[in-house]
Amino acid sequence: MIIAERKPINEIVNMVSDAKKILLLGCRGCVTVCSAGGEREVEILSSLIKLGMQKQGKSVEIIEGTLVRQCDKEYIDSIEQWKGQYDAIVSMACGVGVNFIANLMPSTRVYPAVNTSFFGGSADQGVWTEQCAGCGDCVLHLTGGLCPVARCAKSLMNGPCGGSVDGRCEIHPDVECIWQSIHDRLGRTGNADAMKAIAPIRDWSTAGHGGPRKTLRDDLTV
Amino acid sequence: MSFTPDIQAFCCHYTSQQTLAEGKEGLKEDGMPENVTLNRLVCTGKLQVSTLLKAFEDGADGVYVAGCPADTCHNVKGSQRAAKRVAAIKKALSELDVEPERIEMFHLERGFHPEFIEAAQVMNKRITELGPCPLKGEKK
Repeated sequence: MIIAERKPINEIVNMVSDAKKILLLGCRGCVTVCSAGGEREVEILSSLIKLGMQKQGKSVEIIEGTLVRQCDKEYIDSIEQWKGQYDAIVSMACGVGVNFIANLMPSTRVYPAVNTSFFGGSADQGVWTEQCAGCGDCVLHLTGGLCPVARCAKSLMNGPCGGSVDGRCEIHPDVECIWQSIHDRLGRTGNADAMKAIAPIRDWSTAGHGGPRKTLRDDLTV
Repeated sequence: MSFTPDIQAFCCHYTSQQTLAEGKEGLKEDGMPENVTLNRLVCTGKLQVSTLLKAFEDGADGVYVAGCPADTCHNVKGSQRAAKRVAAIKKALSELDVEPERIEMFHLERGFHPEFIEAAQVMNKRITELGPCPLKGEKK
């Protein structure tokens, strides 16, 4: 899922400091699961914005809502139900949601309430770790299912770098050296020979270095 | 200028048994400040961040939570959860440039203990010294 984290409250209050009526929109997708922008977080942020504005001697009305998703037009369209009741939208969805609102509502002011961080999973209760970089050319079949792009600090394609100590990364000692883990895992699964292959110089154009990416599934379009 | 703070206390069933047994008058005799409003809960683990923030929205100058000792909560981890939520609000208050000590977590023994009254007195003294909560807004 996409992992996000709420922005510092002062940053959000400053964004909307001249708004009188705010539509604060959560998302029931990834940001609900990572407790950054779901219904509960909308309730909390609503209080914090009101308190922050009150501290500045201002009052603000906040309408709270949470959409099924903010990355689909059909759900963005449902914002129509609050038409005329707000002068700015604060989205607690990931950056995709904020962009979708901006794309589909050309004359509406929209602000992000979270920092969209990475693609990850729950390592423990309240802990999320990056697992995928969305680079567009998956090599997991060569690396035992462990991603060197997202999980190696240097995104090496032929690792380890030589700096790891006791299986820990030299840059972040609290993180495992993923290349050590890849080697160990390939050995355990009887595929150690795979490590003898040298990965060629990588074409990063699929990783967004060639501009915004798009997926077109002709079989799904009508 | 004299200032009497509005203090909202959120206490679990177990740490606030004294309130039931002694009633308001009994607590007053024990030294409970009258400006502390007690809100009783089944367990502080039930408390949501939004409930505590609402207390500030409603005009509290200070808020505190009294739950069981962290390692012997009647509901195992209830008071630990409450402490985490209080810590989250301390962080949010700091972000808003408001004194984080306006909210506090107290881990108290269950039943009748002078610490229950002491917690209220500590908060009353602290918040009186801090003055009105800036979240109420600057006078224009």
